[in-house]
Amino acid sequence: MSNDIRIKKGLDIKLNGEAEKTVEQAVISNYCTIRPEDFHGVIPKLVAKEGTSVNAGGVLFYNKAIEAVKFVSPVSGKVVEIVRGPKRRIDAIKIEASKPQTFEDFGKFDIDGATAESVKSHLLQAGCWPFVKQRPYDVIANPEKAPKAIFISGYASAPLAADLDFTLQGKEAELQAAVSALAKLTEGKVHVSVGKSSNSPLTGLSGVTLHKVSGPHPSGNVGTQINKIDPINKGEVVWTVNPQDLVIIGELLLTGKFNAERLVALVGSSVQKPRYFKTVIGSEVSTMIYDKGVEQSGNDRIISGNVLSGKEIKADGALDYYSNTISVIPEGDDYDFFGWNKPVFNKVSTSRALTFSWLNPNKKYDLDTNTNGEHRAFVVTGNYEEVFPLDIFPMQILKACMYKDLDEMEALGMYEVAPEDFALTEFVCVSKQPHQKIIREGLDLMIKEIG
Amino acid sequence: MSLKNNLHNLKEKYKGKKIAPLFNGFHTFLYLPNETTHGGTHIKAADDLKRTMNTVIMALIPCLIFGMFNAGYQHHVAIGEISKVSGGFFSSEFWTLANLGVGALKILPLVIVSYVVGLAIEFIFCIIKGHEIEEGYLVTGMLVPLIVPVDLPLWMLAVAVAFGVVIGKEVFGGTGMNILNPALTIRAFLFFAYPTWMSGDKVWVHGAVERAQEIAGGANVDVISGETILGSLAQSNGAGYSVADMFFGFIPGSVGETSTLLILLGGLFLIFTKIGSWRIMLSSVVGALVMGLIFNGVVSSGWITESSKFYGLMSTEFWHHLLIGGFAFGTVFMATDPVTASQTNKGKWIYGFLVGFISILIRVFNPAYPEGVMLAILLMNVFAPTIDHYVVQGNVKKRMKRLKVKTA
Repeated sequence: MSNDIRIKKGLDIKLNGEAEKTVEQAVISNYCTIRPEDFHGVIPKLVAKEGTSVNAGGVLFYNKAIEAVKFVSPVSGKVVEIVRGPKRRIDAIKIEASKPQTFEDFGKFDIDGATAESVKSHLLQAGCWPFVKQRPYDVIANPEKAPKAIFISGYASAPLAADLDFTLQGKEAELQAAVSALAKLTEGKVHVSVGKSSNSPLTGLSGVTLHKVSGPHPSGNVGTQINKIDPINKGEVVWTVNPQDLVIIGELLLTGKFNAERLVALVGSSVQKPRYFKTVIGSEVSTMIYDKGVEQSGNDRIISGNVLSGKEIKADGALDYYSNTISVIPEGDDYDFFGWNKPVFNKVSTSRALTFSWLNPNKKYDLDTNTNGEHRAFVVTGNYEEVFPLDIFPMQILKACMYKDLDEMEALGMYEVAPEDFALTEFVCVSKQPHQKIIREGLDLMIKEIG
Repeated sequence: MSLKNNLHNLKEKYKGKKIAPLFNGFHTFLYLPNETTHGGTHIKAADDLKRTMNTVIMALIPCLIFGMFNAGYQHHVAIGEISKVSGGFFSSEFWTLANLGVGALKILPLVIVSYVVGLAIEFIFCIIKGHEIEEGYLVTGMLVPLIVPVDLPLWMLAVAVAFGVVIGKEVFGGTGMNILNPALTIRAFLFFAYPTWMSGDKVWVHGAVERAQEIAGGANVDVISGETILGSLAQSNGAGYSVADMFFGFIPGSVGETSTLLILLGGLFLIFTKIGSWRIMLSSVVGALVMGLIFNGVVSSGWITESSKFYGLMSTEFWHHLLIGGFAFGTVFMATDPVTASQTNKGKWIYGFLVGFISILIRVFNPAYPEGVMLAILLMNVFAPTIDHYVVQGNVKKRMKRLKVKTA
């Protein structure tokens, strides 16, 4: 098929602790935490004050810049605490879940008879808009601007990522409803990609352009696929939606309920029995990680998301708004005697400088969070290009971000990238530079200066 | 382990103090630090800059050891104590303790001075600027003694290293920021400041200068010739050495650059470990061969006569240029410096080709100094950002074109 995407540059980091394909119902979390920092660039304007009760789907806050974009509660219950940081910034909204759960009723939605405007206002109203993200800038989509296309990646190639073929099983109706509605919002195509030999429910969708993806990570990153299918030009906007969020959108359209349920993979070498959980956005991770999971006293890193782009959370933290993976790996806060020159067999490397991961490409590793070296200026060249499939010069664009040259950032393709596209270059970076942070700050600067 | 804990406690104690980078430099030499990732990727690949630099040093060690034997061997052959090698690379005349002794005595001081002076300056700058000690000088410090004549006075080396590290690197912001290769900057300084010690027919064999002074003082002894192959070729005197000698490295020259065989092995090691750029190495060799072929063509079509002062080098068979002089060493270890070379893959092809091309050009046409590798690489270091600029512009243009097609 001509729609196939084959990626050659990249790196599959094979780790221990892949999730077994069994689903367990997670213990129902007593508290649900929504952190506005998950929604990059959004300045929250609080609606639900401390002490008020909300239904699942009830508005918690909206975006001060674009007031139509509302953020709703994944559970019903009482808002018990607004955690504030410096300058009274809202860090988290904590909701005590009620039993039984009650849902806001948004009404069944007639997709066939709907117009772009009605779909948009329905999604905005019901709090499903934050699931729609846009490029450039990798932020929540601006509902005013029509996208030239919508991209959905149904192929998760990141290390230990939840298998989307598995988590989407049986959700055909919801997925179809969601893409049919979203298709009304763009004049262009809805591009859906799946793994090469996938039996994903996404393959059966109608009204979409299907792409089969093969090759190493980051082939599953939506940014890679956009770059290969229909790269973004200056002035254009594309939207991206995670497939697990399509399910929530679909259910809203079909039943009128905002049901924030999600299948989440608990993975990583620190987990005794990695498996899938059915849980709700914002749930405490402690409801999942301890039962046949991690040691209470263990020295582990808990990550909401995958090991490349996820967020570090504490054991009392919560699943973030967009992730369908919780990774737990050992902390690496220990010294290693002559670790910089002795041969290493137990770490991944793209070089062969007394690193031997090239001998056994299928071996699975127990990587920890050690940086394996100190932060340095950029020195080595050519190694980013090996793992970076986008038609962009990675080191040059990173440097442009660092010296804040807007013209150069724009010319080099800044509109096309998101931080996660630079996760692999960050992983292999000999100088241990924080690539994703550099790109995020570069994008933020562009939003501020260009908009 | 108590050493580990003690060092950790010391690190905490020195944290934030001026001296901290110095302590951390030694600490991280002993132990890979306990730093963990924060934000961004939670896991990182095994390679760091220390490992990268260490790999280059490993590739250089055979050249250094060979250089020690060769320094002694050249000395002993010149004063007539031993005969020339006769049995291939492992000739018994070459690998003797006597040779090693003389060579080590001359070369180890060069290595020590290079490292002590260079690292001291690096440490001072790190303490002043408050950043960690970067590993760039580990390789530079090893390269420098390998590209100077064996009899170079140590104080000259010290002055040159100080100049090279400060002007060649630290003023630009340290490792990763410099425009010129620091090791070659040091060599260029020596070359222009002390030309009598850096070129001519006396400096390349240990003892030759001394002997010349004795003769000038009236002593009745034989002259030691310390001429390189390039020197005699430039005077159209013929190479005077067999191709095997050139390839194995039993010839006079700078300390570590004579053995093309070991440099080739080092180069293959760097390519295999993916530390050195095969693009630069390959294209540089191609560039040199092309230039050599052009000169051979000029000679065979009779455009210049035997009386021309360029005839000797021009008529040298094109592939011999790879074996003589510092070409191989420069290509493998100098031109591939990632900081000063082109940084884009396409740029590396152009850069490498021009390094090879211009090396041979300067080698043949420079009457005063029959070697061009150093100058060619320094010249291309200056042009590397320009090459990259045009390569990157190609990508930018492609993006602009895409936009135009869309809007048209």
